[in-house]
Amino acid sequence: MTTLAHIHRDDEASKLGMWLFIFTELLLFAGLFIVYGVYRYLNPVAFHLAAEELSVTVGMVNTIILLISSATIAMATTAVRKKNKQLTLLFLMATLFLAFMFMANKYFEWKGKFSHGIFPGSEDLQRLGHGDTLFFGLYFFMTGLHALHIIVGFVLITIVAVRVNNNTLTFENPVLLDNSGLYWHLVDLIWIFLFPLFYLIT
Amino acid sequence: MSHQSDNHTVPYKSYLWILAILIVLTIISVGVTYIELGNLTVFTAILLASVKSTLVLIYFMHLKFDNKLLQYLVAAIFILLGLVLFITFLDYNYR
Repeated sequence: MTTLAHIHRDDEASKLGMWLFIFTELLLFAGLFIVYGVYRYLNPVAFHLAAEELSVTVGMVNTIILLISSATIAMATTAVRKKNKQLTLLFLMATLFLAFMFMANKYFEWKGKFSHGIFPGSEDLQRLGHGDTLFFGLYFFMTGLHALHIIVGFVLITIVAVRVNNNTLTFENPVLLDNSGLYWHLVDLIWIFLFPLFYLIT
Repeated sequence: MSHQSDNHTVPYKSYLWILAILIVLTIISVGVTYIELGNLTVFTAILLASVKSTLVLIYFMHLKFDNKLLQYLVAAIFILLGLVLFITFLDYNYR
């Protein structure tokens, strides 16, 4: 017991470290947003027409799914502090389910595009021209990179759920849950900007 | 243990309120695309996205209850991003 009590732990530093990582992620996506902005500025007509190919409904449903999942993981951080293990697990499971739903929607969305011959390097896209190639290239890269973050978040939240389940993550050391929550909110934050840029502004 | 994580517990209700506001803002941002706003379309979309992301940062990401250093750092990063965007477009506009 005495050795356990002496394990050095600095939750404030862990959180700061997580935020520093989040800053690098923000800079990464900001770079991509600049690329998008500049190409949109240089190819306004092609970007306008290409953006109308995307379904606003699918985009909106996915936005709402991610917003709810952000709220559920935030509520998990409250539940763990109220020492309610069952509810913490329930909120984490809900988050995982919503993440899965998001990916399922993304899968059908991409599949629809592929079946219409729209994918990076496709002949149809090359025929449509430079602007469309740029728009869909950025669309697949940015939503793809975002989807990759969803998968990483899914793994992270699964680890948290397992640790909550076997009592190695409790109200005494919720920092892994807090940091996973921060990461998940970052994923939400990026989508909040991806949605209007690709789906709404036509 | 002096370095425990902060035990500030946000009530479930606050998160649900923020979620409701975020969903309403999402629906508004879709709704306004049916109105012809001309040059303001992009501005409105970015403005609504900024309001939404600010809510996520302050409440979901707990910044409201975090220490001042973190709050300043996050603000500084967004100012940096804004400046980089602004300067890039200034450059492209006057080339």
